[in-house]
Amino acid sequence: MIYLDHNATTPLHPRVLDAMLPYLRERFGNPSSPYRLGREAYAAVNRARRRIAEFLGAMPDEIVFTSGGTEADNLALRGVTRALFKSGNHLVTSTIEHHAVLKTFGDLEALGHRVTYLPVDPHGIVDAAALRDSLAPETILVSVMLANNETGVIQPVDEIVAIARERGVLVHTDAVQAAGKLSLRLHALGVDLASFSAHKICGPKGVGALYVRRGTPLAPLFTGGSHEDGTRAGTENVAGIVGFAEALAVACEAQDEQIARLGRLRDTLEGEIRARLDDVIVNGGQAPRVANTSNISFKGVEGESIVLQLDLAGIFVSTGSACTTGDPEPSHVLLGMGVDPLAAKGAIRFSLGPTTTNEDVAFTAPRVVDAVRRLRALSSLGERL
Amino acid sequence: MDEETSASRSEEDPAQSQEGIDSFDPMSGPMLFYNDRVIDHFTNPRNVGDLSEGAAIGFGLVGDPRCGDQTKLWIEVSSGRIARVRFRSFGCPGAIATSSMLTVLAEGRTIEEARAITDDDVIEALGGIPARKKHCSLLGVQALRAAIDDHEKRSSAAREDPA
Ligand code: FES
Repeated sequence: MIYLDHNATTPLHPRVLDAMLPYLRERFGNPSSPYRLGREAYAAVNRARRRIAEFLGAMPDEIVFTSGGTEADNLALRGVTRALFKSGNHLVTSTIEHHAVLKTFGDLEALGHRVTYLPVDPHGIVDAAALRDSLAPETILVSVMLANNETGVIQPVDEIVAIARERGVLVHTDAVQAAGKLSLRLHALGVDLASFSAHKICGPKGVGALYVRRGTPLAPLFTGGSHEDGTRAGTENVAGIVGFAEALAVACEAQDEQIARLGRLRDTLEGEIRARLDDVIVNGGQAPRVANTSNISFKGVEGESIVLQLDLAGIFVSTGSACTTGDPEPSHVLLGMGVDPLAAKGAIRFSLGPTTTNEDVAFTAPRVVDAVRRLRALSSLGERL
Repeated sequence: MDEETSASRSEEDPAQSQEGIDSFDPMSGPMLFYNDRVIDHFTNPRNVGDLSEGAAIGFGLVGDPRCGDQTKLWIEVSSGRIARVRFRSFGCPGAIATSSMLTVLAEGRTIEEARAITDDDVIEALGGIPARKKHCSLLGVQALRAAIDDHEKRSSAAREDPA
């Protein structure tokens, strides 16, 4: 089995599992309980919070644990709009956000907010300059992702921050696909809110975090106990939180070496495929990208057919975001970049990870070529395009 | 294929065609689980290709505007029957497999029989496809009907202008 869908999820790192197990077994206490068992769990959560804050260049009290990236996005967007509903109702985002952000904005629109969607250039980069024109006195929040999940293209969040800051507008970034792939110093970056997910960095599923810069107005989504300083009620996922911190530690320790290694493997994969097939486009290939992601359009074939043929060969890749597989419509990210709809239909995302080897790539490239050749031979769009 | 094995297996436990992943009901939910027969028609599609121009030929092209998938289909008619049928598809596995199965169902049929083939007939012949892939089976069925119409138009044109 060759797994090349690390932007969907990742295998748990053995060190992460080891760190988690005691909190699923003997140290099962509730962090809110007043006795030793509870205090142990409380201490574990806080230690994890300190470690995560340190890795991300933030303060421990700025980390709010959530059930994952989707909840972090929802908490940021809904929490700010609710907290600032008196100051304004205009929000800004981009056309290539993850559905956890886009659909939340869609819902906020239905609730009466006005949302501006910033366009993206053909390389997949959000037009930061367009932000300046979109800002209005009633603008309260801008949300632009740090790295795109489908193309890996790195977004100009620093420019977004600079523009928004001048006007006193808050900035959220979905950093789910950036963690472990870029060095992150949140204070230096200057965003007010940032979303993270553990299972994209070899941590467990069901846990994530929202970074909330001190002083950022935020209403809770969940009410109940006073967990997470009242920002997120609900008993903490102790083992998950401990695993998240360990996963981030593992990712940060090996980060530079992994970035270099995965970048080489990604370039090899793209090079081998392009050398053997015509009419291949690397979407976002001209832009700065995180090292592990490659989004390739094979003209004349439909992506899902490639996914199935590779699946039958024991190779797991996807057509885009795992959350939308099975949706017959082409990727909103690729269409947003102006990729031709037929080319967008034939797009495959390869996302490499820490366990990806040279052999994996050497095995995969010729099988991709075979799949595309076979499907092109039976395509109604013809072999020549 | 081993029809017997799958029959006896499904007698033992109708819910479980195979172990593990296949114990999910492929007809429901968001997962795109295709059964073995669909996989077979995807991997070894029958009657792929095209037929060259001629009076006995009918051609149909159908695209799905929502997903952008497309199937082209050619028929050759001889004494009121579909003597040969060929297809090409730019489509998802569902479109390729259902178009392939459709050609198998259509071959040798009279024009009337072929026109009566429905998407449900194709899906049934494949032993089912995932619910959200149902529309894929329409591509082949509609392309076949378009090819029949095209053939009829050509043959009436040929009758009017026998030169
Ligand atoms: S998804 Fe449209 S034909 Fe299959």
